[in-house]
Amino acid sequence: MSPCRVFLVDDHALFRAGVKAELANLGDERIEVVGEAGSVNEAIVRIGADPPDVVLLDVHMPDGGGRAVLDQLHPSLPGVVFLALSVSDAAEDVINVIRGGARGYVTKTISGRELADAIVRVAGGDAVFSPRLAGFVLDAFSDKPSAASVSDPELDLLSPREREVLRLLARGYTYKEIAAELFISVKTVETHASSVLRKTQMSNRHALSRWATERRLV
Amino acid sequence: MSSPEILRTPDGMVRLVRPVYGRVLAGVAAGVAAHLRLPVGVVRAAFVVLSLMAGAGVVAYALLWIFVPQLPSDGPVAAAGTGTVTGAPGAALPRAAGPAERRQAIGIAALGVAILIAALALGVGRYMGALVAPLAVVAIGGAFLWREADETRRERWRRTAAGFARPGRAALWRIVGGIALVIGGLAVFAVGQLDFAAARSALIAVLLTLVGVAVITVPWLARLVRDLGAERRERIRQRERAEVAAHLHDSVLQTLALIQRQSTDPREVQRLARSQERELRSWLYGPAGYASEARTADDAGGPGATGGWTEAWAGAWGGGWPAGASTADTLDNDGGTPRTASYPGSHKSAHPAADPSTGRPHPQTLAVALAQVSGEVEDAYAITIEPVVVGDAPMTPHLAALVAAAREAMVNAAKHAGVQEVSVYGEVESGTASVFVRDRGSGFDPTAVSPDRRGLAESIRGRMQRHGGTAQVRSSPGSGTEIVLSVPVLADAVSADAAD
Repeated sequence: MSPCRVFLVDDHALFRAGVKAELANLGDERIEVVGEAGSVNEAIVRIGADPPDVVLLDVHMPDGGGRAVLDQLHPSLPGVVFLALSVSDAAEDVINVIRGGARGYVTKTISGRELADAIVRVAGGDAVFSPRLAGFVLDAFSDKPSAASVSDPELDLLSPREREVLRLLARGYTYKEIAAELFISVKTVETHASSVLRKTQMSNRHALSRWATERRLV
Repeated sequence: MSSPEILRTPDGMVRLVRPVYGRVLAGVAAGVAAHLRLPVGVVRAAFVVLSLMAGAGVVAYALLWIFVPQLPSDGPVAAAGTGTVTGAPGAALPRAAGPAERRQAIGIAALGVAILIAALALGVGRYMGALVAPLAVVAIGGAFLWREADETRRERWRRTAAGFARPGRAALWRIVGGIALVIGGLAVFAVGQLDFAAARSALIAVLLTLVGVAVITVPWLARLVRDLGAERRERIRQRERAEVAAHLHDSVLQTLALIQRQSTDPREVQRLARSQERELRSWLYGPAGYASEARTADDAGGPGATGGWTEAWAGAWGGGWPAGASTADTLDNDGGTPRTASYPGSHKSAHPAADPSTGRPHPQTLAVALAQVSGEVEDAYAITIEPVVVGDAPMTPHLAALVAAAREAMVNAAKHAGVQEVSVYGEVESGTASVFVRDRGSGFDPTAVSPDRRGLAESIRGRMQRHGGTAQVRSSPGSGTEIVLSVPVLADAVSADAAD
């Protein structure tokens, strides 16, 4: 299996260098950093010229941030997977990049090993939820007495199983641990997580659209 | 006298002077035009129109000629210089009057004379003559008002809208005097001439005066109000900037200084960096990251402006310090008394992380309390705790017990698990508040806990039972520990924002 080609987008050169060094030091042959960009425009040009497998995308950058990169590239390059990486834990930032098309969200304090695992996981088509992202999504989909916000039950409600998976993610469980906890296969956990991600991206639930509109993006 | 400052009033207006350079007759029109930032042609036309009123314009011109000082001959150069530097828009600065301008001025005058003759021929000159007396009085009153406004404009800006309503004592008397003169002049005129024709002309005089005053002052007032708004916005922006700078100085710069001093002690550096990160995060996004929703749209720009910088800082430290110091040795060696409240970090309870220094009053809720104790344990044991809270509820004695027990569980994990990271997840759902404290550390056999481990038995289990809750320990050697705590929450105690 050829290594996963990773592209870094972050406006802080120091951080890019740190991530590159950390991934290189792992000696992980599953991952190969093929390029980096320090601005939104640079990222759009370089990723468009030679699409990688996974883009590690900084949320906060000048000129629109990670969302601008997603808006420009995601529709035209459906094969490129975006993994958002940020120091911000604000709900609107997290939800915003997820709704922009990112397949996962991790904070910058993540260890190199966990980051490598997350990259491989999103490259394989799975969703990556940090505990905080899981918490936000649970919050957004919680059964609050606002039935009016549920316009499409298929998209606007989480199944009990999905909710359970999310809660365990928020408690810091890995997919493997969740599978063991719920007596289901890891594959099933991944399916639930992907389904939750899709609902987070597509749902018009009040809480989700509010997060998006607060950033003036809908 | 040729210094540029002399040529302008303190608020940047060109001073009213009669330039030699650019004049046609005495330089009065050119000077007034420069002062009022009007095209000189308009001023000349105004003088001519006023002159039609039985020569009021001529009188005004003569008075200005007498009272307005003439500019020294080397002055205009200086005036032109300041004009280009400050770039006052539309300031018609004195310049040499070309033949075209001279022709225009004479043309305006000729037109005025023609209209005057026509008016006399038509027999309306009589009424115009009746205008001159009130007009003169009004002009004097108006001059008082105008002068007053000019001098105190800066002051009014400083005092904002309140300045409009309550000017200073001297200014007040001058305004009252000006108004009294205007009204008095009109009254004297009206009393003196009671016949119908004169009354009509008085009416016209009043109307014309009002229109004239309006024409002069409305744009000026509009600009004043506009400037006032812009100035206020700028001041708010400056205050916010100063606040951010002060905050960064008090927190981040101090911490960086501490870190440099302690650079030989990685553990201490990590503790400082983590503590500072948490504090800054709380300041930017609110406790536990949730209060950011409560922010108004207005101050959203503040955090955004500093976001990049913050990220550089936190990113550098977050990435630069791998979880290397995995030998989480305990700070307090008296492990037998875990309930002593003397954790090294607990003196920091007045830390801005607990009380957001934004001054925003925040109700003490479960999410805030959990974030606070997580921070305290982080500080005391140099580990990383990321609390995630779903839903929220205002604090009650039950919830306080839950938080205290959760804190104990975090302390246990920090001391005994031998890992750098502890997961804390809290939720308020269907009448129950639960907290999950989980580590991937060494784990232990819950059935084989020695009786002297009072932390687990008393501080966690006993406390939860006293408050009608439960404590569940899931652990086995080698697979980490999870402590699940829950207490009932009264349904009506769920906070309003959680039910939103």
